[in-house]
Amino acid sequence: MDLFSVLTPGAYTTVQDNRRYGYQQMGIPLSGALDSFSFNVANMLVENPENCAVLEITIMGCRFEVLNEADVAITGAQIGVTLNKRPAECWSSFRVKSGDILEIKQVKSGCRAYLAVTGGIDVPEVMGSRSTYVGGSIGGYLGRPLKQGDIIKRGKGLLLKQARHLSPSVIPQYSSNTVIHAVLGPQDEFFDEGIKTLFESEFMITAKADRMGYRLQGPEIKHRAEMPKSIISEPSVPGGVQIPADGQPIILLVEQTVGGYTKIATVISTDLCKIAQATPGDTICFEQVTLEKAHALYHDRQNLMKEIEKKHII
Amino acid sequence: MLVEYGDEIDPVINNKVRSMAMVMEKKPLNGVLETIPTYRSLLIIYDPATTNPTKLEKEILDFEELLSQIEIPPPDTVEIPVCYGGEFGPDIRFVAEHNSITEDDVIRIHSGAEYHIFMIGFTPGFPFLGGLPKALHTPRLETPRSFVSEGSVGIANNQTGIYPLTSPGGWQLIGKTPLKLFAPEHTNPFIYKVGDRIKFNPISAEEYARLVGEVKK
Repeated sequence: MDLFSVLTPGAYTTVQDNRRYGYQQMGIPLSGALDSFSFNVANMLVENPENCAVLEITIMGCRFEVLNEADVAITGAQIGVTLNKRPAECWSSFRVKSGDILEIKQVKSGCRAYLAVTGGIDVPEVMGSRSTYVGGSIGGYLGRPLKQGDIIKRGKGLLLKQARHLSPSVIPQYSSNTVIHAVLGPQDEFFDEGIKTLFESEFMITAKADRMGYRLQGPEIKHRAEMPKSIISEPSVPGGVQIPADGQPIILLVEQTVGGYTKIATVISTDLCKIAQATPGDTICFEQVTLEKAHALYHDRQNLMKEIEKKHII
Repeated sequence: MLVEYGDEIDPVINNKVRSMAMVMEKKPLNGVLETIPTYRSLLIIYDPATTNPTKLEKEILDFEELLSQIEIPPPDTVEIPVCYGGEFGPDIRFVAEHNSITEDDVIRIHSGAEYHIFMIGFTPGFPFLGGLPKALHTPRLETPRSFVSEGSVGIANNQTGIYPLTSPGGWQLIGKTPLKLFAPEHTNPFIYKVGDRIKFNPISAEEYARLVGEVKK
Protein backbone atom coordinates (compact mmCIF):
# COMPACT_ATOMS: atom_id res chain seq x y z
CA MET A 1 0.00 0.00 0.00
CA ASP A 2 1.10 3.58 -0.62
CA LEU A 3 3.00 4.91 2.38
CA PHE A 4 4.78 8.20 1.64
CA SER A 5 4.82 10.83 -1.02
CA VAL A 6 8.34 12.27 -1.08
CA LEU A 7 8.21 16.06 -0.57
CA THR A 8 11.98 16.49 -0.06
CA PRO A 9 14.24 13.52 -0.79
CA GLY A 10 17.34 14.44 1.28
CA ALA A 11 20.91 14.30 -0.03
CA TYR A 12 21.10 10.55 -0.61
CA THR A 13 18.21 8.43 0.58
CA THR A 14 18.08 4.83 -0.64
CA VAL A 15 16.13 1.65 0.07
CA GLN A 16 18.38 -0.96 1.72
CA ASP A 17 17.96 -4.37 3.33
CA ASN A 18 20.43 -6.86 4.68
CA ARG A 19 22.74 -7.45 1.65
CA ARG A 20 22.59 -9.10 -1.74
CA TYR A 21 24.50 -12.35 -1.28
CA GLY A 22 25.39 -14.78 -4.06
CA TYR A 23 26.07 -12.52 -7.03
CA GLN A 24 29.51 -11.10 -6.28
CA GLN A 25 31.08 -13.66 -8.60
CA MET A 26 29.20 -11.80 -11.36
CA GLY A 27 30.46 -8.43 -10.18
CA ILE A 28 27.27 -7.47 -8.32
CA PRO A 29 28.33 -6.00 -4.97
CA LEU A 30 26.67 -6.74 -1.63
CA SER A 31 25.01 -3.36 -1.05
CA GLY A 32 22.65 -3.25 1.96
CA ALA A 33 22.37 -1.09 5.07
CA LEU A 34 25.86 0.12 6.03
CA ASP A 35 25.05 0.29 9.74
CA SER A 36 23.61 -3.15 10.42
CA PHE A 37 23.06 -2.44 14.12
CA SER A 38 20.74 0.52 13.50
CA PHE A 39 19.10 -1.36 10.61
CA ASN A 40 18.29 -4.37 12.83
CA VAL A 41 17.03 -2.31 15.75
CA ALA A 42 14.81 -0.20 13.47
CA ASN A 43 13.05 -3.35 12.22
CA MET A 44 12.77 -4.73 15.78
CA LEU A 45 11.07 -1.56 16.95
CA VAL A 46 8.20 -2.03 14.48
CA GLU A 47 8.19 -5.83 14.96
CA ASN A 48 9.25 -6.59 11.40
CA PRO A 49 10.97 -9.76 10.23
CA GLU A 50 14.69 -9.01 10.37
CA ASN A 51 15.37 -8.53 6.65
CA CYS A 52 12.66 -5.96 5.89
CA ALA A 53 13.85 -3.07 3.70
CA VAL A 54 14.32 0.35 5.29
CA LEU A 55 15.29 3.82 4.10
CA GLU A 56 18.93 4.77 4.62
CA ILE A 57 19.05 8.56 4.99
CA THR A 58 22.47 10.20 4.60
CA ILE A 59 23.38 13.44 6.42
CA MET A 60 20.51 15.56 5.05
CA GLY A 61 17.04 14.62 6.13
CA CYS A 62 13.86 14.40 4.11
CA ARG A 63 10.18 15.25 4.28
CA PHE A 64 7.29 12.90 3.54
CA GLU A 65 3.53 13.24 3.28
CA VAL A 66 1.99 10.15 4.86
CA LEU A 67 -0.56 8.40 2.62
CA ASN A 68 -1.61 5.50 4.88
CA GLU A 69 -1.41 4.49 8.50
CA ALA A 70 1.79 2.77 9.69
CA ASP A 71 4.22 2.48 12.58
CA VAL A 72 7.59 4.09 11.94
CA ALA A 73 10.93 3.86 13.77
CA ILE A 74 14.01 5.97 13.09
CA THR A 75 17.43 4.87 14.37
CA GLY A 76 21.10 5.51 13.63
CA ALA A 77 22.50 9.04 13.42
CA GLN A 78 21.32 11.53 16.02
CA ILE A 79 18.76 13.52 14.09
CA GLY A 80 15.77 15.78 14.72
CA VAL A 81 12.40 14.32 13.71
CA THR A 82 9.03 16.04 13.69
CA LEU A 83 5.54 14.73 12.99
CA ASN A 84 3.24 17.60 12.03
CA LYS A 85 5.90 19.95 13.42
CA ARG A 86 5.86 18.29 16.86
CA PRO A 87 9.06 16.52 17.93
CA ALA A 88 9.03 12.74 17.58
CA GLU A 89 11.46 10.39 19.30
CA CYS A 90 14.20 8.40 17.63
CA TRP A 91 14.96 4.79 18.70
CA SER A 92 11.20 4.45 19.35
CA SER A 93 8.22 3.53 17.24
CA PHE A 94 5.45 6.02 16.58
CA ARG A 95 2.22 5.90 14.60
CA VAL A 96 1.75 8.00 11.45
CA LYS A 97 -1.61 8.59 9.73
CA SER A 98 -2.78 9.68 6.32
CA GLY A 99 -2.18 13.42 5.85
CA ASP A 100 0.61 13.67 8.43
CA ILE A 101 3.84 15.40 7.49
CA LEU A 102 6.94 13.53 8.71
CA GLU A 103 10.11 15.56 8.65
CA ILE A 104 13.62 14.24 9.28
CA LYS A 105 16.13 17.04 9.71
CA GLN A 106 19.89 17.28 9.27
CA VAL A 107 22.00 14.89 11.35
CA LYS A 108 23.54 16.30 14.56
CA SER A 109 26.03 13.49 15.08
CA GLY A 110 26.63 10.34 13.10
CA CYS A 111 26.05 10.11 9.36
CA ARG A 112 23.20 7.74 8.47
CA ALA A 113 19.67 7.37 9.85
CA TYR A 114 17.45 4.35 9.22
CA LEU A 115 13.68 4.51 8.85
CA ALA A 116 11.79 1.24 9.26
CA VAL A 117 8.07 0.91 8.71
CA THR A 118 5.43 -1.75 9.37
CA GLY A 119 5.82 -4.45 6.74
CA GLY A 120 9.04 -2.98 5.33
CA ILE A 121 9.54 -0.69 2.34
CA ASP A 122 7.94 -2.48 -0.60
CA VAL A 123 10.05 -2.50 -3.76
CA PRO A 124 10.60 -5.46 -6.10
CA GLU A 125 13.31 -7.93 -5.12
CA VAL A 126 16.18 -7.95 -7.60
CA MET A 127 18.54 -10.92 -7.34
CA GLY A 128 17.25 -11.82 -3.91
CA SER A 129 17.46 -8.38 -2.32
CA ARG A 130 15.68 -5.05 -2.17
CA SER A 131 18.91 -3.09 -1.61
CA THR A 132 19.71 -0.26 -3.98
CA TYR A 133 22.97 -0.46 -5.93
CA VAL A 134 23.06 2.94 -7.59
CA GLY A 135 26.23 2.16 -9.62
CA GLY A 136 24.42 -0.68 -11.40
CA SER A 137 20.98 1.00 -11.35
CA ILE A 138 19.46 -2.03 -9.67
CA GLY A 139 17.31 -2.76 -6.62
CA GLY A 140 15.55 -0.31 -4.35
CA TYR A 141 13.38 2.39 -5.85
CA LEU A 142 14.13 2.18 -9.60
CA GLY A 143 17.81 1.59 -8.77
CA ARG A 144 18.38 5.16 -7.62
CA PRO A 145 18.18 7.48 -4.60
CA LEU A 146 14.72 8.93 -3.85
CA LYS A 147 13.48 12.00 -5.70
CA GLN A 148 10.74 14.50 -5.01
CA GLY A 149 7.35 13.11 -6.05
CA ASP A 150 8.27 9.43 -5.62
CA ILE A 151 5.54 7.32 -4.02
CA ILE A 152 6.97 4.85 -1.50
CA LYS A 153 4.94 1.73 -0.69
CA ARG A 154 5.04 -0.54 2.32
CA GLY A 155 4.52 -4.28 2.67
CA LYS A 156 1.80 -5.99 4.69
CA GLY A 157 2.27 -6.12 8.42
CA LEU A 158 0.38 -5.73 11.68
CA LEU A 159 0.32 -2.38 13.46
CA LEU A 160 1.71 -2.45 16.99
CA LYS A 161 -0.59 -2.72 19.98
CA GLN A 162 1.51 -0.07 21.67
CA ALA A 163 4.59 1.98 20.91
CA ARG A 164 7.99 0.37 21.52
CA HIS A 165 11.14 2.08 22.81
CA LEU A 166 14.79 1.11 23.01
CA SER A 167 16.24 1.59 26.46
CA PRO A 168 18.69 4.54 26.45
CA SER A 169 21.47 2.40 27.95
CA VAL A 170 22.03 0.64 24.62
CA ILE A 171 21.62 3.62 22.27
CA PRO A 172 25.01 4.16 20.60
CA GLN A 173 26.81 7.49 20.98
CA TYR A 174 28.81 8.66 18.00
CA SER A 175 32.15 10.34 18.50
CA SER A 176 34.12 12.38 15.98
CA ASN A 177 37.21 10.41 16.99
CA THR A 178 36.52 6.70 16.70
CA VAL A 179 38.66 3.67 17.39
CA ILE A 180 38.24 0.96 14.76
CA HIS A 181 39.37 -2.64 15.31
CA ALA A 182 41.12 -4.40 12.45
CA VAL A 183 42.85 -7.71 11.79
CA LEU A 184 46.06 -7.83 9.72
CA GLY A 185 46.03 -8.89 6.08
CA PRO A 186 45.42 -10.27 3.56
CA GLN A 187 48.57 -8.52 2.19
CA ASP A 188 50.34 -7.46 5.40
CA GLU A 189 53.57 -9.07 4.11
CA PHE A 190 53.84 -6.15 1.65
CA PHE A 191 54.50 -3.83 4.61
CA ASP A 192 56.80 -3.54 7.63
CA GLU A 193 57.04 0.05 8.95
CA GLY A 194 53.68 0.71 7.27
CA ILE A 195 51.91 -1.55 9.79
CA LYS A 196 53.26 0.56 12.63
CA THR A 197 52.14 3.72 10.82
CA LEU A 198 48.63 2.33 10.41
CA PHE A 199 48.13 1.37 14.04
CA GLU A 200 49.93 4.30 15.66
CA SER A 201 48.57 7.25 13.69
CA GLU A 202 45.36 9.20 13.42
CA PHE A 203 43.60 9.39 10.05
CA MET A 204 41.05 11.91 8.87
CA ILE A 205 38.06 10.94 6.76
CA THR A 206 38.14 12.96 3.53
CA ALA A 207 35.15 14.22 1.53
CA LYS A 208 35.57 11.16 -0.70
CA ALA A 209 33.55 8.88 1.55
CA ASP A 210 30.57 6.94 0.26
CA ARG A 211 29.06 3.45 0.25
CA MET A 212 31.86 2.19 -2.01
CA GLY A 213 34.62 3.27 0.34
CA TYR A 214 36.07 5.91 2.66
CA ARG A 215 39.29 7.61 1.61
CA LEU A 216 41.43 8.59 4.58
CA GLN A 217 44.19 11.13 4.94
CA GLY A 218 47.16 10.74 7.25
CA PRO A 219 50.85 9.87 7.33
CA GLU A 220 51.93 7.89 4.27
CA ILE A 221 51.76 4.13 4.74
CA LYS A 222 54.83 2.89 2.90
CA HIS A 223 55.03 -0.42 1.08
CA ARG A 224 58.26 -2.37 1.61
CA ALA A 225 60.67 -1.00 -0.96
CA GLU A 226 61.13 -4.34 -2.74
CA MET A 227 57.40 -5.14 -2.96
CA PRO A 228 55.08 -4.23 -5.84
CA LYS A 229 52.33 -1.72 -5.06
CA SER A 230 49.57 -3.64 -6.77
CA ILE A 231 48.51 -7.27 -6.95
CA ILE A 232 46.61 -9.49 -9.35
CA SER A 233 42.98 -8.42 -8.97
CA GLU A 234 41.28 -10.42 -6.25
CA PRO A 235 38.03 -10.29 -4.25
CA SER A 236 37.55 -7.55 -1.70
CA VAL A 237 35.41 -7.53 1.44
CA PRO A 238 33.69 -4.67 3.29
CA GLY A 239 36.28 -3.37 5.74
CA GLY A 240 39.36 -4.07 3.62
CA VAL A 241 41.96 -1.33 4.20
CA GLN A 242 43.45 -0.79 0.77
CA ILE A 243 46.75 1.03 0.33
CA PRO A 244 47.20 2.52 -3.15
CA ALA A 245 50.60 3.73 -4.39
CA ASP A 246 50.21 7.13 -2.65
CA GLY A 247 50.05 5.44 0.78
CA GLN A 248 46.71 6.99 1.79
CA PRO A 249 44.34 4.25 3.01
CA ILE A 250 40.87 3.55 1.61
CA ILE A 251 38.41 1.53 3.70
CA LEU A 252 36.41 -0.51 1.20
CA LEU A 253 32.70 -0.85 1.89
CA VAL A 254 29.72 -2.55 0.24
CA GLU A 255 29.82 -1.51 -3.40
CA GLN A 256 32.99 -3.13 -4.69
CA THR A 257 33.67 -6.80 -5.45
CA VAL A 258 37.28 -6.93 -6.68
CA GLY A 259 40.38 -4.78 -6.52
CA GLY A 260 44.03 -4.80 -7.47
CA TYR A 261 45.59 -2.83 -4.62
CA THR A 262 47.21 -4.35 -1.54
CA LYS A 263 45.10 -4.57 1.61
CA ILE A 264 47.18 -4.13 4.74
CA ALA A 265 44.36 -4.92 7.18
CA THR A 266 40.64 -5.62 7.40
CA VAL A 267 38.22 -3.79 9.71
CA ILE A 268 36.22 -6.33 11.73
CA SER A 269 32.60 -6.67 10.63
CA THR A 270 31.13 -5.46 13.93
CA ASP A 271 32.98 -2.14 13.57
CA LEU A 272 31.62 -1.37 10.10
CA CYS A 273 28.66 0.26 11.91
CA LYS A 274 31.07 2.80 13.40
CA ILE A 275 32.45 3.63 9.96
CA ALA A 276 28.90 3.97 8.61
CA GLN A 277 28.31 6.68 11.23
CA ALA A 278 31.63 8.54 10.71
CA THR A 279 31.57 11.64 8.51
CA PRO A 280 34.17 13.59 6.51
CA GLY A 281 36.36 15.57 8.92
CA ASP A 282 36.09 12.94 11.69
CA THR A 283 39.24 11.14 12.70
CA ILE A 284 39.77 7.43 13.24
CA CYS A 285 42.50 5.34 14.83
CA PHE A 286 43.02 1.67 14.07
CA GLU A 287 43.56 -0.85 16.84
CA GLN A 288 44.92 -4.27 15.93
CA VAL A 289 43.04 -7.35 17.15
CA THR A 290 43.55 -11.06 16.50
CA LEU A 291 41.07 -13.07 14.46
CA GLU A 292 40.02 -14.85 17.68
CA LYS A 293 39.27 -11.54 19.33
CA ALA A 294 37.33 -10.42 16.22
CA HIS A 295 35.19 -13.56 16.47
CA ALA A 296 34.64 -13.02 20.18
CA LEU A 297 33.45 -9.48 19.47
CA TYR A 298 31.14 -10.83 16.77
CA HIS A 299 29.58 -13.29 19.24
CA ASP A 300 29.22 -10.48 21.79
CA ARG A 301 27.33 -8.47 19.17
CA GLN A 302 25.05 -11.43 18.37
CA ASN A 303 24.29 -11.81 22.06
CA LEU A 304 23.68 -8.10 22.44
CA MET A 305 21.15 -8.20 19.58
CA LYS A 306 19.31 -11.09 21.23
CA GLU A 307 19.34 -9.27 24.54
CA ILE A 308 18.05 -6.08 22.96
CA GLU A 309 15.15 -7.94 21.41
CA LYS A 310 14.31 -9.66 24.71
CA LYS A 311 15.03 -7.03 27.33
CA HIS A 312 15.79 -3.60 25.96
CA ILE A 313 12.80 -2.93 23.75
CA ILE A 314 9.79 -2.11 25.83
CA MET B 1 38.74 -16.58 4.20
CA LEU B 2 40.94 -16.20 1.13
CA VAL B 3 42.30 -19.35 -0.51
CA GLU B 4 45.21 -18.65 -2.89
CA TYR B 5 46.39 -21.08 -5.57
CA GLY B 6 49.41 -19.24 -6.95
CA ASP B 7 50.60 -15.80 -7.82
CA GLU B 8 50.16 -15.47 -11.55
CA ILE B 9 47.54 -15.21 -14.25
CA ASP B 10 47.44 -18.75 -15.56
CA PRO B 11 44.56 -20.90 -16.82
CA VAL B 12 45.76 -23.93 -14.79
CA ILE B 13 45.70 -21.95 -11.54
CA ASN B 14 42.37 -20.37 -12.50
CA ASN B 15 40.92 -23.85 -13.12
CA LYS B 16 41.91 -24.92 -9.60
CA VAL B 17 40.11 -21.88 -8.20
CA ARG B 18 37.05 -22.77 -10.25
CA SER B 19 37.16 -26.44 -9.28
CA MET B 20 37.12 -25.51 -5.60
CA ALA B 21 34.27 -23.07 -6.20
CA MET B 22 32.35 -25.88 -7.90
CA VAL B 23 33.00 -28.37 -5.10
CA MET B 24 31.76 -25.79 -2.63
CA GLU B 25 28.66 -25.20 -4.70
CA LYS B 26 27.91 -28.94 -4.93
CA LYS B 27 28.57 -29.60 -1.26
CA PRO B 28 27.52 -26.45 0.55
CA LEU B 29 29.29 -26.10 3.89
CA ASN B 30 27.37 -24.99 6.93
CA GLY B 31 27.90 -21.26 7.50
CA VAL B 32 29.31 -20.39 4.08
CA LEU B 33 27.37 -17.49 2.59
CA GLU B 34 29.03 -17.20 -0.80
CA THR B 35 32.28 -17.70 -2.70
CA ILE B 36 33.99 -15.40 -5.18
CA PRO B 37 36.43 -16.99 -7.64
CA THR B 38 39.03 -14.66 -9.21
CA TYR B 39 42.25 -15.12 -11.22
CA ARG B 40 44.17 -17.06 -8.59
CA SER B 41 42.21 -16.87 -5.37
CA LEU B 42 38.86 -17.86 -3.96
CA LEU B 43 37.16 -15.73 -1.31
CA ILE B 44 34.91 -17.66 1.05
CA ILE B 45 32.49 -15.52 3.02
CA TYR B 46 31.35 -17.26 6.19
CA ASP B 47 29.07 -16.44 9.07
CA PRO B 48 31.12 -16.55 12.30
CA ALA B 49 27.93 -17.35 14.22
CA THR B 50 27.70 -20.71 12.43
CA THR B 51 31.27 -21.78 11.65
CA ASN B 52 34.86 -20.80 12.43
CA PRO B 53 38.13 -20.55 10.47
CA THR B 54 39.71 -23.68 12.01
CA LYS B 55 36.73 -25.84 11.11
CA LEU B 56 36.42 -24.24 7.68
CA GLU B 57 40.10 -24.68 6.90
CA LYS B 58 39.88 -28.39 7.68
CA GLU B 59 36.75 -28.81 5.55
CA ILE B 60 38.41 -27.02 2.64
CA LEU B 61 41.60 -29.09 2.92
CA ASP B 62 39.39 -32.21 2.84
CA PHE B 63 37.81 -30.88 -0.33
CA GLU B 64 41.28 -30.59 -1.91
CA GLU B 65 41.24 -34.36 -2.34
CA LEU B 66 38.02 -34.11 -4.32
CA LEU B 67 39.43 -31.56 -6.73
CA SER B 68 41.04 -34.13 -8.98
CA GLN B 69 37.67 -35.88 -9.29
CA ILE B 70 35.94 -32.69 -10.33
CA GLU B 71 35.49 -32.50 -14.02
CA ILE B 72 35.28 -28.95 -15.10
CA PRO B 73 32.40 -28.90 -17.58
CA PRO B 74 33.56 -27.99 -21.06
CA PRO B 75 33.28 -24.22 -21.34
CA ASP B 76 30.41 -22.71 -23.27
CA THR B 77 31.59 -20.51 -26.09
CA VAL B 78 29.61 -17.31 -26.21
CA GLU B 79 29.66 -15.38 -29.45
CA ILE B 80 29.51 -11.63 -29.16
CA PRO B 81 28.81 -9.58 -32.29
CA VAL B 82 30.97 -6.45 -32.42
CA CYS B 83 30.97 -3.49 -34.74
CA TYR B 84 34.62 -2.43 -34.81
CA GLY B 85 36.10 1.03 -35.32
CA GLY B 86 34.52 4.37 -36.19
CA GLU B 87 32.26 5.85 -33.52
CA PHE B 88 31.94 2.36 -31.97
CA GLY B 89 35.66 1.98 -31.31
CA PRO B 90 37.32 5.41 -31.16
CA ASP B 91 40.71 4.03 -30.09
CA ILE B 92 41.11 1.40 -32.83
CA ARG B 93 43.46 3.68 -34.75
CA PHE B 94 45.66 4.16 -31.69
CA VAL B 95 45.79 0.40 -31.09
CA ALA B 96 46.73 -0.17 -34.75
CA GLU B 97 49.43 2.51 -34.74
CA HIS B 98 50.82 1.39 -31.39
CA ASN B 99 51.34 -2.10 -32.81
CA SER B 100 52.33 -0.97 -36.33
CA ILE B 101 49.45 -2.80 -38.00
CA THR B 102 46.31 -1.68 -39.88
CA GLU B 103 42.85 -1.25 -38.38
CA ASP B 104 41.69 -4.24 -40.42
CA ASP B 105 44.49 -6.28 -38.84
CA VAL B 106 43.20 -5.28 -35.39
CA ILE B 107 39.72 -6.52 -36.30
CA ARG B 108 41.05 -9.73 -37.87
CA ILE B 109 43.33 -10.57 -34.95
CA HIS B 110 40.90 -9.59 -32.18
CA SER B 111 38.01 -11.56 -33.68
CA GLY B 112 40.28 -14.45 -34.65
CA ALA B 113 41.12 -15.46 -31.09
CA GLU B 114 39.04 -17.09 -28.36
CA TYR B 115 39.23 -15.66 -24.88
CA HIS B 116 38.97 -17.30 -21.46
CA ILE B 117 36.87 -15.55 -18.79
CA PHE B 118 39.21 -15.54 -15.78
CA MET B 119 36.95 -13.53 -13.53
CA ILE B 120 34.05 -11.10 -13.46
CA GLY B 121 34.05 -7.88 -11.47
CA PHE B 122 34.77 -4.14 -11.43
CA THR B 123 31.17 -3.52 -12.52
CA PRO B 124 28.37 -6.11 -12.85
CA GLY B 125 29.31 -8.59 -15.54
CA PHE B 126 32.63 -7.00 -16.58
CA PRO B 127 34.63 -10.02 -17.84
CA PHE B 128 38.41 -10.06 -17.42
CA LEU B 129 39.49 -11.94 -20.56
CA GLY B 130 42.81 -13.66 -21.07
CA GLY B 131 44.34 -14.73 -24.36
CA LEU B 132 44.73 -11.43 -26.18
CA PRO B 133 47.29 -11.96 -28.98
CA LYS B 134 50.55 -10.07 -28.38
CA ALA B 135 50.11 -8.08 -31.59
CA LEU B 136 47.27 -6.15 -29.91
CA HIS B 137 48.74 -5.41 -26.48
CA THR B 138 48.23 -1.69 -25.81
CA PRO B 139 48.52 0.28 -22.56
CA ARG B 140 45.48 1.88 -20.94
CA LEU B 141 44.49 5.46 -21.76
CA GLU B 142 46.58 8.01 -19.86
CA THR B 143 43.42 9.71 -18.65
CA PRO B 144 40.42 7.42 -18.17
CA ARG B 145 37.11 8.46 -19.72
CA SER B 146 34.32 9.46 -17.34
CA PHE B 147 31.76 7.70 -19.51
CA VAL B 148 32.29 4.54 -21.50
CA SER B 149 28.99 3.51 -23.04
CA GLU B 150 27.45 0.12 -22.39
CA GLY B 151 28.57 -2.63 -24.79
CA SER B 152 32.00 -1.11 -25.52
CA VAL B 153 34.84 -3.57 -26.14
CA GLY B 154 38.28 -2.50 -24.97
CA ILE B 155 41.93 -3.45 -24.55
CA ALA B 156 44.21 -2.86 -21.55
CA ASN B 157 47.74 -4.25 -21.88
CA ASN B 158 47.36 -8.02 -22.33
CA GLN B 159 43.65 -8.09 -21.48
CA THR B 160 40.48 -7.44 -23.38
CA GLY B 161 37.01 -6.94 -21.93
CA ILE B 162 33.48 -5.65 -22.42
CA TYR B 163 31.73 -2.87 -20.48
CA PRO B 164 28.25 -4.28 -19.68
CA LEU B 165 27.13 -0.97 -18.13
CA THR B 166 27.93 2.63 -18.89
CA SER B 167 30.71 3.47 -16.44
CA PRO B 168 34.02 5.32 -16.18
CA GLY B 169 36.88 3.43 -17.80
CA GLY B 170 40.45 3.65 -19.05
CA TRP B 171 40.61 0.85 -21.63
CA GLN B 172 41.31 1.47 -25.33
CA LEU B 173 37.94 1.11 -27.07
CA ILE B 174 38.00 -0.76 -30.36
CA GLY B 175 34.35 -1.66 -30.92
CA LYS B 176 30.90 -2.12 -29.47
CA THR B 177 28.34 -4.89 -29.19
CA PRO B 178 24.61 -4.28 -29.67
CA LEU B 179 23.79 -7.09 -27.21
CA LYS B 180 22.37 -6.21 -23.81
CA LEU B 181 24.76 -8.03 -21.50
CA PHE B 182 23.06 -7.35 -18.19
CA ALA B 183 19.42 -8.24 -17.51
CA PRO B 184 18.99 -7.79 -13.74
CA GLU B 185 15.37 -8.94 -13.86
CA HIS B 186 16.46 -12.50 -14.82
CA THR B 187 17.63 -15.12 -12.31
CA ASN B 188 20.68 -15.51 -14.50
CA PRO B 189 21.33 -11.91 -15.44
CA PHE B 190 24.35 -12.49 -17.71
CA ILE B 191 24.87 -14.46 -20.90
CA TYR B 192 28.27 -15.79 -19.78
CA LYS B 193 29.98 -16.98 -16.61
CA VAL B 194 33.51 -17.41 -15.26
CA GLY B 195 35.29 -20.15 -17.22
CA ASP B 196 33.36 -19.65 -20.44
CA ARG B 197 35.05 -18.67 -23.66
CA ILE B 198 34.21 -15.58 -25.65
CA LYS B 199 34.50 -15.13 -29.37
CA PHE B 200 33.94 -11.80 -31.06
CA ASN B 201 32.24 -11.72 -34.47
CA PRO B 202 32.76 -8.61 -36.58
CA ILE B 203 29.52 -7.06 -37.86
CA SER B 204 28.71 -4.04 -40.02
CA ALA B 205 27.09 -0.83 -38.79
CA GLU B 206 23.85 -1.88 -40.56
CA GLU B 207 23.89 -5.24 -38.78
CA TYR B 208 24.59 -3.40 -35.50
CA ALA B 209 21.53 -1.17 -36.04
CA ARG B 210 19.38 -4.20 -36.92
CA LEU B 211 20.48 -6.08 -33.77
CA VAL B 212 19.88 -3.03 -31.57
CA GLY B 213 16.30 -3.02 -32.89
CA GLU B 214 15.94 -6.75 -32.18
CA VAL B 215 17.37 -6.47 -28.65
CA LYS B 216 14.83 -3.71 -27.89
CA LYS B 217 12.00 -6.05 -28.88
